[in-house]
Amino acid sequence: MKFVIQVNEGPYQHQTTDSAYQFTRAALAKGHEVLRVFFYHDGVNNGTRLTSPPQDDRDVVSRWSAMAAEHDLDLVICVAAAHRRGILDESEMKRLDKDAHNLAPGFRISGLGQLIEGVVLADRLVVFGD
Amino acid sequence: MIKKCLYVNRRAPYGTSYALEAIDAVLIGAAFDQDISLLFIDDGVFQLKRDQDTTDVEIKNFSPAYRAFDMYDVEKLYVSEEAMAARGLKKRDLVVDVEVLSDSTIRDLMDEHDVIFTF
Repeated sequence: MKFVIQVNEGPYQHQTTDSAYQFTRAALAKGHEVLRVFFYHDGVNNGTRLTSPPQDDRDVVSRWSAMAAEHDLDLVICVAAAHRRGILDESEMKRLDKDAHNLAPGFRISGLGQLIEGVVLADRLVVFGD
Repeated sequence: MIKKCLYVNRRAPYGTSYALEAIDAVLIGAAFDQDISLLFIDDGVFQLKRDQDTTDVEIKNFSPAYRAFDMYDVEKLYVSEEAMAARGLKKRDLVVDVEVLSDSTIRDLMDEHDVIFTF
């Protein structure tokens, strides 16, 4: 089955991201296809490489990056939500004239059209939210 | 490919960003030529309330956007009869014309859609 995964909450405060990660991993392990993981609303906070969790806790952001590298997974951060919350890649930093960027490896910033295009192609949209 | 997309709106308009985000997502869906319906349930029915005044909360009143949806061929708007009754709302209290559905009909509506977005 072809899935699109939508993540609506940031890391740590909600279990949302953990559940989305575990679901995605399990789906891939079962041989399903995950066309895209779309980070929306506060979910865009999963894409900052500046998080520094304690050593005895899981590293939510790095975990997504590692999964993207291993499975060639498309991790998309919603651009409008990202701008509001200060998640930037290098080109957005320059375009918006900011002094830093923080997008984690394996993520890319794009528009809501990526979510719509994804669900048009997918068999199921699975939403993880509050 | 055209899919039947149902946007389910469950929350009051300004307490969270979901209602505003839903408007963007509907317009993008329309730009992708999808077959779009909107459903308002629970506190989501407050999004359509007439005469919203957001001056004191300093957030933009986005309710006029619902009246512009028909320009994008987004014309299927449904509200929950139970949610309206529980909040003392009548059709005439809303900014747009809607179809009022019972909760059992809403189950059928969800069933006949290919994709459900929740906000």
